Amino acid sequence: MKPVNQKAWLLVLPVVLCVAFSAVLPLMTVVNYSVQDIISPERRVFVGTEWFAAVMRDEELHGALLRQIGFSLAVLAVEIPLGIALALSMPATGWRSSAVLVIIAISLLIPWNVVGTIWQIYGRTDIGLMGAALAKLGIDYNYTGSATDAWLTVLVMDVWHWTPLVALLCFAGLQAIPDAYYQAARIDGASKFAVFRFIQLPKLRGVLMIAVLLRFMDSFMIYTEPFVLTGGGPGNATTFLSQYLTQKAVGQFDLGPAAAFSLIYFLIILLLCFILYNWMQRVGTSSDAEVSHG
Amino acid sequence: MARIDLDLAHAYRPNPQRDEDYALLPLKMTFRDGGAYALLGPSGCGKTTLLNIISGLVTPSQGTVSFDGADVTGKTPQQRNIAQVFQFPVIYDTMTVAENLAFPLRNRGVAPDRIRQRVGKIAEMLEMSGQLDRRASGLAADAKQKISLGRGLVREDVSAVLFDEPLTVIDPHLKWQLRRKLKQIHHELKLTLVYVTHDQVEALTFAEEVVVMTRGRAVQVGSADALFERPAHTFVGHFIGSPGMNFLPARWANGLEVAGRPLAGPAPAALSAAGEFKLGVRPEYVTIASPDAPGALPAVVSMVQDVGTYWLVTAKAGDAVLRARLAPDADPPKVGDTTWLGVLGTHTCFYNRNEELIA
Amino acid sequence: MQLTLENLGKQVGPTPYLYPMNLSLVPRAVTVLLGATQAGKTTLMRLMAGLDKPSEGTVRVDGVDVTGVPVRQRNVAMVYQQFINYPSMTVFDNIASPLKLRGEGGIETRVRSLAERLHIEPFLQRLPSELSGGQQQRVALARALAKNAPLMLLDEPLVNLDYKLREGLREELTHLFAAGDSTVVYATTEPTEALLLGGYTAVLDAGELLQYGPTAEVFHRPKSIRVARAFSDPPMNLVPARADDRGVTLPSGAVAPVPGLTASDVTVGLRASALRVAERPGDLALRGKVELAEISGSDTFVHVDTAEGELVAQLTGVHRFELGEGITLYVNPAQVYVFDPAGALLRAPAARSA
Repeated sequence: MKPVNQKAWLLVLPVVLCVAFSAVLPLMTVVNYSVQDIISPERRVFVGTEWFAAVMRDEELHGALLRQIGFSLAVLAVEIPLGIALALSMPATGWRSSAVLVIIAISLLIPWNVVGTIWQIYGRTDIGLMGAALAKLGIDYNYTGSATDAWLTVLVMDVWHWTPLVALLCFAGLQAIPDAYYQAARIDGASKFAVFRFIQLPKLRGVLMIAVLLRFMDSFMIYTEPFVLTGGGPGNATTFLSQYLTQKAVGQFDLGPAAAFSLIYFLIILLLCFILYNWMQRVGTSSDAEVSHG
Repeated sequence: MARIDLDLAHAYRPNPQRDEDYALLPLKMTFRDGGAYALLGPSGCGKTTLLNIISGLVTPSQGTVSFDGADVTGKTPQQRNIAQVFQFPVIYDTMTVAENLAFPLRNRGVAPDRIRQRVGKIAEMLEMSGQLDRRASGLAADAKQKISLGRGLVREDVSAVLFDEPLTVIDPHLKWQLRRKLKQIHHELKLTLVYVTHDQVEALTFAEEVVVMTRGRAVQVGSADALFERPAHTFVGHFIGSPGMNFLPARWANGLEVAGRPLAGPAPAALSAAGEFKLGVRPEYVTIASPDAPGALPAVVSMVQDVGTYWLVTAKAGDAVLRARLAPDADPPKVGDTTWLGVLGTHTCFYNRNEELIA
Repeated sequence: MQLTLENLGKQVGPTPYLYPMNLSLVPRAVTVLLGATQAGKTTLMRLMAGLDKPSEGTVRVDGVDVTGVPVRQRNVAMVYQQFINYPSMTVFDNIASPLKLRGEGGIETRVRSLAERLHIEPFLQRLPSELSGGQQQRVALARALAKNAPLMLLDEPLVNLDYKLREGLREELTHLFAAGDSTVVYATTEPTEALLLGGYTAVLDAGELLQYGPTAEVFHRPKSIRVARAFSDPPMNLVPARADDRGVTLPSGAVAPVPGLTASDVTVGLRASALRVAERPGDLALRGKVELAEISGSDTFVHVDTAEGELVAQLTGVHRFELGEGITLYVNPAQVYVFDPAGALLRAPAARSA
């Protein structure tokens, strides 16, 4: 008979209570709100799936969703290649390697609202380094007025903030490639580009999948940095999904639709996560498993 | 195809004072054009370092490497035109077998139909013609090693093919086939082949001449039977053969005395001046003798093992362990019995205190 | 301890890693799991240890059902091929760890005696990373022996060591196993290793248990062609032949008198060591051409192209042959193996035992 130790459950209890309090109960509250019309704190009416339908038809929401997708794709298009390039040029050993790793990681450690503030000031044409320099060069740069400039600034800010993460992941991936591959390539007479294309890139596949997954999810949920930098403006040019959601819930106090949309948002991310994860698994099993001997 | 001459040493630091500072003690060696050689020794003996010096991946701290008389010490592996097969298969995952084999030729700008012809010929030699269009990453380890080998052979002007323990990850029954393939390829293409291994069966079956190394030193260079019959050093006697040579303490006291017992029989005259020395005899040459026969010692049997193709008898003569290999249809003694084992014969060797062969 | 596996199988998703098998290990003896890589040896050991749960079947220890009991409660010691030791602890602490976990006394003496038996006494205060591969594996072995568990599992422990080191350590292991009273399970891909370890052998092939019995018996009397293939080094020569009441007729026409066979197509097995170049009365003669000769010091392996196909002969001593030279191989007809069309053994040569 298998002996079962019941005492272990007691150790888990505090964690269960914390998680219940901080995650499960709020989630249940959201679900609750999403199916009710809260006219006033005392008067609530059960409306079923009405909010969900309304949210799906909301034009502004469609706009925010498209902007969000565009932003996430742009982020990936820039950060992944840039991160790989950065990882390839980082020194692999010695004190220089450690120094470069520390310097790169600095931007990852800065609190996100501080990142937004840094760029907000940086981009101002009167007192900001970048803004003033661009103005001096004669470029008409104004991130509060021009939608394109706002987009570019938010994008550059995100690239500055998060590319080091991709670079660090790729760096670790490159370190894992055994030396024999490079030696064999030298002997085969392969050019540097051929080495990149046929050895390094295929071996980075697993790491890149993780990087893509992380960056996509994070950028899809982005809130603090663009909010601090542009406030969602000019107009709603840089209002992405999470900001739109917050406006609805906190700004207009439309708890019902906001709650409904929260759940949909949650499900979108969950679905994308699931697809990407399965794709990763399939790619992972079909690639080489090196036999480690000697 | 090239003749390789080595006259070098390799040290860990700039001013080597003692033997321990050297990864490779000063050596002078020639690998003739078209010969098959093996560098055999335990881990850390310097064989891989020597191989990497020949290939150009490591530059020796002193001395030169010459190919066909020309000094190539400063040249890269690419410039030396060598091919190397590593311990675990190195293939380009994203390419098919044919593309893998064609890669070195494409990098050198060879014409496409010449490439196709060459790839076809090598694939046929390796018995991989049917798999040319398959993705290389899905194949088994021995097929991948064949691809690694093929990439080296596909270049027509390759000067030498170097192997760094290539059969390590291969299953025993596939090792047989690959070894045969290597010998056939050597026979057909007549390339200079240098093979590094710690497995003496691999080394002896593959090479025409074996360099036995230990601790940075080449202890003996010779053909398989020279190394087997007359090892120049006790290390060679111990390392070659499975199990290795038996060594019994001996001295001259008015006649040959082995393991504390006087031993009758023909003994080389040089021994009388040798002081304390060792008698070396391979288990394959130890015979079951009748009691008190000349050249035989009594020994108590401690273990008898049926190894399928032979019997391995382990016995103790005094304090010394003595092993004998008997044919499978022989009648082995029983554990605990005292048997007389013949150790003195034409194949017996004697070694002095410096572990070197006396006679 | 008596370890019994009943109908044990393991399936991961749609792929069977192990087909249901019954195995009852002989207690206190060495059982060798012999098979190629991916044959299922590691999977089977993990099930024996309790690291994995089987998809079907039960594991019994001394009659008690322990399927699903996690490994921490099973009292098993395991040694891996990758020299696994606690990297931040000294060799002494490594060996002492199972004793400390059990709160036993006399740790110092026990550790010292084990270190002495495995020749690592001078290294007791060093870290594992400072030792060579062979020494690290000895530390792992000492730790496993310190645990003194009734079941000891070794998964190809010598495969990452040099050839000569492997020989030496294997012999020491044989003595260590004989001196202790644990049931030992040892996985390997090399038939010679199985023969040198002795004990009992279980032959695995593609997830199936093919045969279990005393090692010499499994070697000399393989139940099927698959076992003969897995347990042969060099590989057994397999020749298609025709059987009738006289015996078996080989493609070249030579007839080996084998009583009691019925007319059918059979496969004849000839061990490489059974083929000779010196004729003896009563031998069958197989003519052919030398394709390749490999000299390995004590033996010469000759690959001969004959009417029977390609044969490999293992000859004692050094023989020199020219490629393409004509050669005749002789074999005593009593040394012939006969397998029926399905691959099962019909007749094996009578083996001598020690």
